[in-house]
Amino acid sequence: MAIVTAQGLRKSFRVAAKDPGLAGTLRHLLRRRWQDVEAVRQVSFQIEPGEVVGFLGGNGAGKTTTLKLLSGLIHPTGGVLEVAGCQPWRRQRRFLEAITLVMGQKQQLIWDLPPLDSLRVNAAVYGIDDSEARRRIAELADMLELGEELTRPVRKLSLGQRMKAELMAALLHRPRVLFLDEPTLGLDVNAQARVRRFLADYNQRTGATVLLTSHYMADITALCPRVLLIHQGALFYDGGLDTLRERLAPWRQVRLELAEPVPAERLAPYGEVERLDGAAAWLLIGRDRVPACLNRLLADLPVLDLEVNEPPIEELIGRLFQQGFLEEPPA
Amino acid sequence: MHVLGRARRHAVLWSVQFAYMAEYRAEIALWALSGVVPFIMLAIWQSAPLPGLGLDGPMLGRYFLSAFVVRQFTVVWVVWQFEEDTIQGRLSPYLLQPLHPLWRYVAAHQAEQATRLPFVMLIIATFFLLQPAALAFPSPPRLLLGVLAVGLAFAINFLLQSLIACLCFWSERATALERLLMIPTLFLSGLVAPLQAFPPGLARLALKTPFPYLIAFPAQLLSGDPLPVEGGFTVVGGFLAMALWIAVLLPLLSLLWRAGVRRYGAMGA
Repeated sequence: MAIVTAQGLRKSFRVAAKDPGLAGTLRHLLRRRWQDVEAVRQVSFQIEPGEVVGFLGGNGAGKTTTLKLLSGLIHPTGGVLEVAGCQPWRRQRRFLEAITLVMGQKQQLIWDLPPLDSLRVNAAVYGIDDSEARRRIAELADMLELGEELTRPVRKLSLGQRMKAELMAALLHRPRVLFLDEPTLGLDVNAQARVRRFLADYNQRTGATVLLTSHYMADITALCPRVLLIHQGALFYDGGLDTLRERLAPWRQVRLELAEPVPAERLAPYGEVERLDGAAAWLLIGRDRVPACLNRLLADLPVLDLEVNEPPIEELIGRLFQQGFLEEPPA
Repeated sequence: MHVLGRARRHAVLWSVQFAYMAEYRAEIALWALSGVVPFIMLAIWQSAPLPGLGLDGPMLGRYFLSAFVVRQFTVVWVVWQFEEDTIQGRLSPYLLQPLHPLWRYVAAHQAEQATRLPFVMLIIATFFLLQPAALAFPSPPRLLLGVLAVGLAFAINFLLQSLIACLCFWSERATALERLLMIPTLFLSGLVAPLQAFPPGLARLALKTPFPYLIAFPAQLLSGDPLPVEGGFTVVGGFLAMALWIAVLLPLLSLLWRAGVRRYGAMGA
């Protein structure tokens, strides 16, 4: 049974629109003009317990609004929503104990005190007794490689240490569903990798369900076998990351280093010539045809070196966000 | 969660907030010193005493000293803090925990009151050194009633200000609305003059509002002097009025909170 169900989920905001300049200001003061902005439009999906799902979209696509709806922070305008057997917006105790929301650019830790103080508060709020809280803190600290940092004021910690402490605070009550909104935002490459390792490990150990948004594709490729793609508030893809890659780029890029320059016409029978640069050539070849084409290339042309590349997923997804829709695969 | 669990939770919240406030002890000392309005008013009243007030010099001194003490332990800044937390997005994580966010603010206020205590004691000692004629302490039962009244006055003030704080869900600048409360609080609470100095009509009107119960009533109890008949206070009547105001404000706050949370857009989050 799904742990997260969204069916025709909608959220619209009423925002005041103002024209620039003095006239616009006066009009705004006397007669305010309102606009309804549809942030989330008819979004439907289900997530099974233990799944790790990536939630992707450009800025303003509706990812964070959807996470706020799922975590019960805001009320939906319409649709059906159920998380951990509860309607999130009612924020019942059993729901709040079952979920957590981590926002990479926001913090819940008390700025001037060590993280341990915030953890004590969280333990008390969730009714975790002292010895159990100490045990959980030790376990999470071990997984996140945090030690003395927990006794230093939060303001003295590095961004990476702070994010790890934020994760500790968010996970102390052992939530079954994790909503993570850009948890690696602003972290250096090593810190990103550590957070990723921790999340994978946490998911393995606890079987928690994770819905993750990130602008770093490395987070998604490392953690999420399944992705949801959203554009202008509407979901346009729900499926495997590998399937998406194949649909977006059913070809491989082959780079050839030849003994001498050859004209494009000689290369055309093997695949689409993407680029020629002296004796180097880049071809796009259909995935299924790659082995056969490579055999022919090696037999027909003076090849010194060759390299087969998968298209970078960042590039493909970026292109997809600009496009805003996914073409149907040919029948 | 049972009562002991709630008490433990509040004790942890309080202790962590106390640690936080202790980081800002210098600022809190300045805030405590800035609450000297009652002493300024005392100087004015002592320089131009009103005949027929029923308060002699030492009694007036004790009243304003008590008003100062009450003010120190009933100061509420929840509107300002709530507005900050709403705009900065800090309210969102609070809303996602199984504890009403207002309890955090209650704990923060109580922790701040504890950090004010040494400064208040120092000011009381200095006051009696400067005005030895006013030196008198209330009887223990009266002191207990006074402390209880201060607690209830804090509760009323907190509820009143929380109602305004809830308006942050509609208008993010609720501190502007809080200023509307400042004028009646200043003039009707007994901060600038004891209630018996009010024209009778105004005193009767004031008693129909929550404001005299914020300062004048607890201050009269703490001063140890007889409650003024002219002021319209009796011990039982005063406590009943406080209980009534709490009974009115609490459900109002609950309603407004629920409506506000429904509207919350978590824009800063």
